[in-house]
Amino acid sequence: MEDGIGIWGVPLAILAGAIRVSTPFIFVSLGEAITERSGRINLGLEGTLVFGAMTAYAVAVMSGSPYIGVLAAMATGAIFGLVHGFICKFPKVNDIAIGIAMMQFGLGLAFFLGKPFIQPVAPRLPSISLGGWSDLPQVQSALTINVLFIVGGLLALALWWAFRNTRIGLILRVVGDSSDAARAMGLNPDTVRLLATAAGGALAAIGGAYLSLYYPGSWNEGISSGQGLMAVALVIFARWNPIGCFLAALLFGGAGALGPALQSVGVTQGYYLFYAAPYVLTLAILIATSSPTRALVGAPGALSITK
Amino acid sequence: MTIQANLSSEPVLSTRNPSAVLEWLARQAEPVVISLGAILAGLALFSIFIVLVGKSPIDLFKLMYTGGFGSWFSIQNSLSRAAPLLLTGLCVALPARLGLVIIGGEGAVVLGGVAAAAAALPLIGVLPPAIVLVIMAVAGMIMGGIWIGLAGLLRHYRGVNETISSLLLAYIAIALMNHVIEGVLRDPASLNKPSTTPLPADYMLGNIPGMDVNWGLAIGVVACIVSWIIIETTSVGFAARIAGGNVRAAQIQGLPVGQLIVGFTALAGTFAGLAGMVEVAAVQGSANASLAAGYGYTGILVAFLARHNPLAIIPVAILLGGIDASGGLIQRRLGLPDATVLVLQGTLFIVILFCETLYGRFKMFNPDLWKRSA
Repeated sequence: MEDGIGIWGVPLAILAGAIRVSTPFIFVSLGEAITERSGRINLGLEGTLVFGAMTAYAVAVMSGSPYIGVLAAMATGAIFGLVHGFICKFPKVNDIAIGIAMMQFGLGLAFFLGKPFIQPVAPRLPSISLGGWSDLPQVQSALTINVLFIVGGLLALALWWAFRNTRIGLILRVVGDSSDAARAMGLNPDTVRLLATAAGGALAAIGGAYLSLYYPGSWNEGISSGQGLMAVALVIFARWNPIGCFLAALLFGGAGALGPALQSVGVTQGYYLFYAAPYVLTLAILIATSSPTRALVGAPGALSITK
Repeated sequence: MTIQANLSSEPVLSTRNPSAVLEWLARQAEPVVISLGAILAGLALFSIFIVLVGKSPIDLFKLMYTGGFGSWFSIQNSLSRAAPLLLTGLCVALPARLGLVIIGGEGAVVLGGVAAAAAALPLIGVLPPAIVLVIMAVAGMIMGGIWIGLAGLLRHYRGVNETISSLLLAYIAIALMNHVIEGVLRDPASLNKPSTTPLPADYMLGNIPGMDVNWGLAIGVVACIVSWIIIETTSVGFAARIAGGNVRAAQIQGLPVGQLIVGFTALAGTFAGLAGMVEVAAVQGSANASLAAGYGYTGILVAFLARHNPLAIIPVAILLGGIDASGGLIQRRLGLPDATVLVLQGTLFIVILFCETLYGRFKMFNPDLWKRSA
C-alpha cells in the first residue's frame, strides 16, 4: 500500500490470490464433476491430489522437465481412479467409504515414497505475464498467470461443450441419471463409471502437480490444505456444471485470499475466520437451495450423495 | 445413501432344537470370518509392498507386534492411542445405523475441546477439580452434540446431505478454534503455539489407577457399551435400526424419523465432543491446534471396520492404536518412513471395505440355504 494504490490493493490481492490459489480447485472439481456426472462419487481425490503432487515433483526432479512430471502425475491419478472404479462396481460396496480409504492409502503412499524428494529442487512450471501494460508491480505480479490456470479454463469450456454435444458426454449423462436406462441402451454403466473415475483421478493429479511444481512449488507432507476434500462441495456448489466449477474455484480461491489481503492493509480482526469463508459460503448455499422433498437441481439421478 | 443396517433377528435358542444353535452360530460367524479373512488379505497385500521396497515383512510384523502389544509399556501406549478413537468411532457408527454417513467428527472434537477449556477458565480455584472436570465434560459434550446435531437437523429439515455438511462444519470448526485461541482465549504466555491458559496440574484428568493410561480409555469403553445397549436393546435403538434399513417403512409405522436423526447425530457429536474434552483435560492441558490431530478422520475408519457395531469398535480401536503406536519403532529399526503405518491402514481399510461384497455369498453362513440343496 506504500506504493500508492492504497485500498485498491485489497481487491487486487484477492484477484491475484484467486488466480494463484484456484488452479488446483479447478482441476479437482472438474475431475470430480466428470466422476459425479457418471453417477458415482469419489471422496478420495485428496489422496490422488497429494500423490499426484509427489509424483509430479519426483518425476520432474529426475527428468528435469516439469511437463513430464505433470504427465506422470496424470497417469498415477488415473490408476487411483481405476482402482476406485473397479472396487465400487461390486455390490454392497459403499463408494463414499472406499473414497475415504483411498484417500488414506494415497496420502500414506505419497508420504512413504516421497520422503527422498523433500530436499531436491524440481524445475517449476512456467507462467505467462499478462500485466506488461501496467507500471504497477502489484498489477504485474497479480497478472502473472500459470499455464495450468489457462489450461483449466479452456478445459472447463471444453467439458461444458462436450457434456451437451458429444456422444461421450451424452453417454456419461445417461449413465449418471439412470443405470437402467443406460443398460436398456446397451451401455455398461460400470465401464463408463470406471473410465469416468479414472479421468477424474487424472485431472485431480494435475491439481496436485500445480501445488508441487508452481505454487507453493515444493514437495512436503503438508502440501495440500484439503483441496481434494473440498472438491465434492465445490461440485455441488457448481451444480455439476464445468463452467460453474471454474467460477466456484475462483470464488473459493478469492475467499481464501480475503484474510491475508485485509491483513495487508491493517485489518487483522477475524483473520482466521476468513479461512472459513469458502466453507460457510458453500454451506449457506446448500442450505438455501436444498429441499427435503426433491433432489438438488442438476444433480445426476444415480448419485448416492444427493438422495 | 444407504448403509446396510444389521437387522438380523435375535437368536431363538431352543433346547429342543439343537440345529437352531448351529444356525445361530453360522450367522454370527459370518462377520467374524469375513473380517479376519479381509485383514489377512490386507496384510498379504501389504507384505508384497514391503517386499517390493526391499524389506522383510516378517521383521516388520514382528516389530509391529513388539511396538504395539509386545510389552506392558507398549500395550499402555496402544491403549492411550485407542482412547480417542473409541469416541470418534462412535461419532460415525451411531448415525450410520440410521443410514447417515457423518465424516466431520473432527469438528466436534476440536470445538468440544475448546468449549471444555473455556468452561474451565473462570472456575479454576473457585470450585474443586472434580466438579470442574464434570463441567468441562458437559461443556464439551454439549458443544459437540450441537455441532454434529446441526448436520442431522439440516439433513432432516432442509435435505442437506449430512456427509458434506459435516465436512464443511469440520473446516468451520477448525477456523473457529484458530480464531478463539489466537484471540480472546489466548494465553499471552503461549508464544510459538497459541493455546488457552493451561490447566493447573491438580485440575488435570489423571490416569486409571495402576496404569499409565488416562481415564479417557475407560470413558470410551463405557461409551461404547452404553451405545451398544441403546442400539441393540432399547425401543429407540430398534426404531433407529428400522429407519436405517428402510426410511419409508419407518415413516409408515409412525416412527419419529426426524427426532431419531437429530437425536442420534447429536448423541454422536456428544461423544466426539467428549473426546475433545479428554484431549484437553488429560493430554494437552489446554486447547490448541493439536486438537485437530485427525482423530475424527481415523474414527471413520474405526467405525467402518467395526461395521458400525459399538462393541466391535473396542477391539478395532485398540488394533489401530497398536498399529499407530508401532510407527516409531518401525522407523527406527527398519529405516522405513513413519508413513508405513498409514499405508498399512489404507490397505487394510480398502480390502476390508471391498470384502463387504462377500456378505451373503457363502452358503455355510446362511442356514436358509442349507435345506434347499440338501
